[in-house]
Amino acid sequence: MQKYSGFGLLKHALSHHENWQRVWRNPKPKKHYDVIIVGGGGHGLATAYYLAKVHKVTNVAVIEKGYLGGGNTARNTTIVRSNYLWDEAAFLYEHAMKLWEGLAQDLNYNLMFSQRGVLNLGHTLQDMRDIERRVNANRLNGIDSVALDTAGVQKIVPIMDCTSRARYPILGASWQPRAGVARHDAVAWGFARAADALGVDLIQQCEVDDILMQNGNAVGVNTKQYGEIHADRIGCVVAGNSGVVAKMAGFELPVESHPLQALVSEPIRPILDTVVMSNQVHGYISQSDKGDLVIGAGIDGYNGYGQRGSYPTIEHTLQAIVEMFPIFSRVRMNRQWGGIVDTTPDACPIISDTPIGNLFFNCGWGTGGFKATPGSGHVFAETLAKGEANALAKPFSMFRFHNGALVDEHGAAGVAH
Amino acid sequence: MFYIHCPYCDEHREEEEFHAKGQAHIARPLDPDACTDEEWGNFLYFRANPRGIHHELWVHAAGCRKFFNITRDTQTYAILETYRLGEQPSVTSQS
Ligand SMILES: Cc1cc2nc3c(=O)[nH]c(=O)nc-3n(C[C@H](O)[C@H](O)[C@H](O)COP(=O)(O)OP(=O)(O)OC[C@H]3O[C@@H](n4cnc5c(N)ncnc54)[C@H](O)[C@@H]3O)c2cc1C
Ligand SMILES: [Zn+2]
Repeated sequence: MQKYSGFGLLKHALSHHENWQRVWRNPKPKKHYDVIIVGGGGHGLATAYYLAKVHKVTNVAVIEKGYLGGGNTARNTTIVRSNYLWDEAAFLYEHAMKLWEGLAQDLNYNLMFSQRGVLNLGHTLQDMRDIERRVNANRLNGIDSVALDTAGVQKIVPIMDCTSRARYPILGASWQPRAGVARHDAVAWGFARAADALGVDLIQQCEVDDILMQNGNAVGVNTKQYGEIHADRIGCVVAGNSGVVAKMAGFELPVESHPLQALVSEPIRPILDTVVMSNQVHGYISQSDKGDLVIGAGIDGYNGYGQRGSYPTIEHTLQAIVEMFPIFSRVRMNRQWGGIVDTTPDACPIISDTPIGNLFFNCGWGTGGFKATPGSGHVFAETLAKGEANALAKPFSMFRFHNGALVDEHGAAGVAH
Repeated sequence: MFYIHCPYCDEHREEEEFHAKGQAHIARPLDPDACTDEEWGNFLYFRANPRGIHHELWVHAAGCRKFFNITRDTQTYAILETYRLGEQPSVTSQS
């Protein structure tokens, strides 16, 4: 792999940047792999990278029906934080946060990871009680977290309407200084490039349409483009399509697929240098390095596989944003899109073995899995290498929905994104 | 934007008057105490999630406030029929 550096940039400038090495190979699939990963989003690519790097399993293919990162990975609003309430979730997301902090160096790829802090606003007394509780739980778990009052919030975001005249007055917030944003497609490309360099085959434009079975075990996948590809173990990381792929293997997952949308404004001068989220009025906002305001909404209430969101949701979200930021009332919106998110009943992911031998799933990240990308790949790689989940991943077995050991982050952590 | 026919009001109204309430036709087990953990977990948490024809419960929240069912394609978003509670769908993935 050609190493990226400032010097390299200068050197290639001399040849008009025409001689850069291709970022990854484009191989034809082999007949057999040790591990097949279905789904080339950030989580699948991170899984492949850590399988090769940490566990030295390099005979691996990532099979993607579209292009790498074209699913939710490059459709999300890129918020990264780890201030979850319950121990199980907090440990998992904080594991990811620690990996984020050295990831650009590790992958030799600029991820534009920016720890600009995240505010989760409170608008009611109950919000504030929940925030106090979560902040204290975070601190006991070694996660940076601060409870702010109105004045504290106003100091961080001077342009926000923190007066008592607001329709939903801001009473305070939780503040995680180490949280922030990263460039989403760079995350997919960085993991893909590093995995490819370690020998992982990235197979794009290749759709899995069946799981091959033998005596209750999965032994490979069938693909539309290349037919059968065999493997010792299979990891499915297909987000909104998890239910569809599980059905190919003949079992059900406790996930429902919903459209989730986001929108960006025209680019404007730097005006917002942090991330502001409000669960109560349901809108959140940050500003990208390009200058556009990145705005996210809630899911559409109905199930859907169309990668677009409904108009009433846009309207509600923008009402909330303009209420909090009257200064943005005349900014024009530029683009709007949707992804399909796989939600679970307890708003926590599923990293798990399944009723089928040698078949594993990493899904259910719903509206908030981007932040977990490196951590999710790291723990799932171990699951696939050893055939068994490690301590961080174990609480997220799909069988928790039968034995009742849910990790109820819904509401508790103000969990959106 | 959905334009939904409420089978009670017998009128088409805009999506914003309605709320989606998840999968339709879920029967509560008659004898919950006799359920295995698996049966009870399935009843509580496992929902059909088809890419294609789906039967859903909706409520006309800002209208007559009655619950009713919709058969809808989750891929194309086409609404294929709406029908009252207690009735069975006439469009199914088999038909
Ligand atoms: C609008 C929006 C905003 C969001 N905002 C945030 C946020 O601010 N912070 C945050 O942490 N999270 C956020 N999320 C959630 C986050 O994007 C996801 O949880 C995360 O990206 C999931 O990554 P993934 O790799 O599992 O899935 P994906 O990136 O969706 O990858 C799955 C891949 O599987 C492929 N696939 C599916 N079926 C098949 C098949 N049969 N064969 C082969 N390939 C297949 C798909 O093409 C896709 O590329 C947001 C999501 C959306 C939609
Ligand atoms: Zn009605």
